[in-house]
Amino acid sequence: MSTKKKTTIVLFSGEYDKAMAAYIIANGAAAYDHEVTIFHTFWGLNALRKAEHVPVKKGFMEKLFGKMMPRGADKMGLSNMNYLGMGPKMIKDVIKKHNAMPLPQLVEMAQELDVKLTACTMTMDLLGLQKEELLDGIEYGGVAAYIGDAEDGNVSLFI
Amino acid sequence: MMEATKVLDAKGLACPMPIVRTKKAMEELNSGDVLEIHATDKGSKSDLTAWVKSGGHTMLKEAEEGDVFKFWIQKA
Repeated sequence: MSTKKKTTIVLFSGEYDKAMAAYIIANGAAAYDHEVTIFHTFWGLNALRKAEHVPVKKGFMEKLFGKMMPRGADKMGLSNMNYLGMGPKMIKDVIKKHNAMPLPQLVEMAQELDVKLTACTMTMDLLGLQKEELLDGIEYGGVAAYIGDAEDGNVSLFI
Repeated sequence: MMEATKVLDAKGLACPMPIVRTKKAMEELNSGDVLEIHATDKGSKSDLTAWVKSGGHTMLKEAEEGDVFKFWIQKA
């Protein structure tokens, strides 16, 4: 067993601001030398979607879900003040102005810092998302994988 | 005045970058070496103080020059 401390985050939400909070905490914990896991379930899975369209075989419902959900971190809306997409544009402007990191770069940095990004396979099935549509280098698992990481964790969050 | 082994310019960077860069810079140092950090993030004082304590390092000195916060951290 490793002596490193652990941070585990469940990212359930699919909004830009909430995902940004999750990824900032994850990167901060990695800087604390923690072993960090972000478990993506339901709408949080969209943070792991590739920005480009990936042709995969899908049924009607899966196709519809795929179209209705944001394709990747950059396309997510805000949990507050979304204003039909104006909000995210404004937030991205102030992120640039204040030299903060946009969400896609936070995801990239998390991967560089060896944050374990896990996709919940059960909700992938529900939402019709396939491995090919998600980022490379991530892991796949269910509740047992998450509890396995979290049971001897020090920081655990649900966002 | 202590001699810094390395200077990290984290000016203009926002959370969580100053702490991420600090960790990376510290990894390149040896025990006893001193890292000097310049930051403008208003949270950097609390952030670095907590990070230093958790890692067992020593905050040798802190200073404020205008908008710039300066820190000298000795690696454990």
